[in-house]
Amino acid sequence: MNSCRTFLTKQVVPIISNTYKKTITTTSGKFQQTEAREVIESTECPKPLTFLTEDEQMMKETVRRLAVEQIGPYVREMDTEGFIKQPVIDMLFQNGLMGIEVDSEYGGAGCSFMTTVLTVEEISKVDPAVAVLADLHNTLINNAISKVGNKEQKAHYLPRLVTNTCSSFALSEPSSGSDAFSLKTTAKKDGSDYIINGSKMWISNSDVAGIFLIMANANPSAGYKGITCFIVERDTPGFTIAKPEKKLGICASGTCMLSFDNVRVPETAILGKLGEGYKISARFLNEGRIGIAAQMIGLAQGCFDATIPYTMERTQFGRPIYSNQGMQYQIAHIASEIEAARLLTYNAARLLENGAPVAKEAAIAKYIASEVAQQTTIKCIDWMGGVGFTKDFIQEKFYRDAKIGSIYEGTSNMQLSTIAKHIEKEYKK
Amino acid sequence: MVRVLVGVKRVIDYAVKIRVKPDKMGVVTDGVKHSMNPFDEIAVEEAVRMKEKKVASEIIAVSCGPPQSQEVIRTALAMGVDKGIHVEVSGSEYETLQPIHVSKILAKIAQKENVDLIIVGKQAIDDDSNQTAQMTAAVLNWPQATFASKVEKGDKELTVTREVDGGLETIKCKIPAVISADLRLNEPRYATLPNIMKAKKKPITKMTPQDLGVDISPRIKILSVEDPPVRQAGVILPDVDSLVTKLKEGGHIP
Repeated sequence: MNSCRTFLTKQVVPIISNTYKKTITTTSGKFQQTEAREVIESTECPKPLTFLTEDEQMMKETVRRLAVEQIGPYVREMDTEGFIKQPVIDMLFQNGLMGIEVDSEYGGAGCSFMTTVLTVEEISKVDPAVAVLADLHNTLINNAISKVGNKEQKAHYLPRLVTNTCSSFALSEPSSGSDAFSLKTTAKKDGSDYIINGSKMWISNSDVAGIFLIMANANPSAGYKGITCFIVERDTPGFTIAKPEKKLGICASGTCMLSFDNVRVPETAILGKLGEGYKISARFLNEGRIGIAAQMIGLAQGCFDATIPYTMERTQFGRPIYSNQGMQYQIAHIASEIEAARLLTYNAARLLENGAPVAKEAAIAKYIASEVAQQTTIKCIDWMGGVGFTKDFIQEKFYRDAKIGSIYEGTSNMQLSTIAKHIEKEYKK
Repeated sequence: MVRVLVGVKRVIDYAVKIRVKPDKMGVVTDGVKHSMNPFDEIAVEEAVRMKEKKVASEIIAVSCGPPQSQEVIRTALAMGVDKGIHVEVSGSEYETLQPIHVSKILAKIAQKENVDLIIVGKQAIDDDSNQTAQMTAAVLNWPQATFASKVEKGDKELTVTREVDGGLETIKCKIPAVISADLRLNEPRYATLPNIMKAKKKPITKMTPQDLGVDISPRIKILSVEDPPVRQAGVILPDVDSLVTKLKEGGHIP
C-alpha cells in the first residue's frame, strides 16, 4: 500500500500520446477543433481506484492517528470487559467520526461516502469492534435519516446523532434472520399513533444507542410491503433492551435483544413512507455491506501489519522465517488477496458515490472481504506460531473478530444469492 | 488582542526510518511520509488556545518549502489557524535553506502582517537546528522567550516559563516577541473531520522569498551526509559489582 500512497500524492496528469499530438497539428482548422475535443475526451485518464482526494487522504491520516493513539490503549481491556469505553465513544463524536457524511448544516463533516469507508478501514486496523459502532451509525442510520427523513426529522435527530447519540438499526428477529422481511414485529394504528409489539435480535450497538430505526409491519396482510421504518427513542415506555450477548468476537460491541411491549409512537416517527421500510432496508444495507467490507479489509490489513515484522525478526534454522520461500509465497498470496478485496470495496464505494446501481458489487465486496479477512487471520496465526495462539498477541483477537464478517449484514451465502440473482437477470433470455 | 504568526515546517514523519541517498548528498525524501514538525504542532496549538481565550485576534501560519508544504499549512488551518502563507522554495534552493533564511522570511512577513507575536517550534526534528526563533528575534530586534513550557499574556507583556537545565525559569518580556515552543507547553489537538472540511475554505497565499526581498542564496555547501555509526552490541552483566568493575576498566568512573 505504501507504493500506492506515494503514487497517489502525485498529481494525475492526463497523458496525450504522440500520435494524438500529431493529428492535432496536421489537421485543418475546423477538423482540428472536433478532433481536439475528441482527443481530450479519449485521453482523460481515469483515476485509479486507490486514488484519494486531498481531503480523503487527510481524513484517513487523521483517523489513523486517532485510532492508534486514542483507541489502541483500550483494545484489550474493552475486548475482555465487553463494552466500548466512554472516552472512545466521546473521541468518535468529538472528532466528527459519527457524522462523516451528514451535511454541515446539521453539524456533520459533509464528507464523501469514501471517507466513511476509509474511516471504518482505519479504525478496524486497530479495533474492528469500535469500527462497527462508527460504521453502522454512519452508513445505515445517519444516511437513512439524511436521505429519506423529512425536514423536521433531520433537524431533530441529525444534530444529536452527530454530537452525542449512538444509534442502532433493528431488522433481525429471533425467527427472521436471512429471511428478514418475514419479520413479525407489528405496528398497529391507534388514532394518529402506532403501537409497536414484538422483538428484535442481534441488534448491534443497541447497548449504547439512544436512537433506533425499527422495522415493523404496519399492514401484515400486505406482506413485506407492510414493513415500515420507525424512529424510536431508547427511553420510550414499553421498549426494553436486554443484556448484551456473549460473543466469539467483536466482544466490545454490544449486541442485544430488544422487546416492544405496546410501545406507542406518533405517526411522525415513520421514516419515509408507510410500507416502505423494506425499501429503506434494501437500499441502505447496500451501503452497510460496503462498510462491512471496509471493516474486513481494515481488519485483515491490521492483522497483516502486526504479523509481518515478526516474521522478519523471528529466527529459526539460523535465519529469519521470512527468508523461506515457502513463507514468502504464502505472505505474497495473502497480500494479493487483501489488495483485491480493497479494490472491490473501493470500487463499490465509488460506484455508490456516482449514483450507480451497487447491489451486486456491494455483495461481492462484502463476500470477498469477509472471506479474505478470515483467511488472513488464520494465516497470520500460523506465521506467528505458538505466540500467535496466545492472548499476549493481537492476532487471536483479529481471528475471532473476523468471523462475524461472513455472518452479519447478510451471510456469505445470502451475498452469493444476491450475486446469483443478478447473474440470472443478466443472462436470462 | 494580539495577531499571531506561527511557523510550520514540513518534515519527514517521526515514525519513518531515515535513509541516506546513495550519492550521500542528502536523505531520501521521495515517497516518504511527511507531516508537520511536532514542535510546530505545539506552537499552532498554543496560538489556537490564545484565540479561544480571546487573547489572539488572528493566527497566520507560514511554511517555507516545496509545493507539498501546503499540506502542513492545511493541517494548521484545520487545527484553527485563520490563514496560511506558503513561501515557495524548491529543489536545490530548499536543500540549502537554513534558519537564517527562514528567520528573515518570518521577520518580513511579521512586519507585513503587523503581527505582535511569533510562535515557532523550538526546533525541527529533521535538522535539529534550534535557531529560527532566536534569529528571528534578532532580525526584528524583538525580545525572545525560548523553550516555553507556559505562556501567560498580561497587559502589554508576557510571562513565560522556560525549561532550562537546572529547572524552570520564569521571565517577563514585552510584546512584540518571539516564542519557541517546548515539548510540555501543551498537547496539540487533532484536526476534526468537520474542521478539515472547513479548512478548505480558508485562504492560502503563495509567495516567493524574492517577493519578500529575502536573499536565500546558500550559506552552506553540503559535502557529505553520512549514516550515524552502527552501535556496538551491549553486554548483559550478572550484577552491580561486575558493572562497576567493567566501568572502572573502561575508565568511565574513577
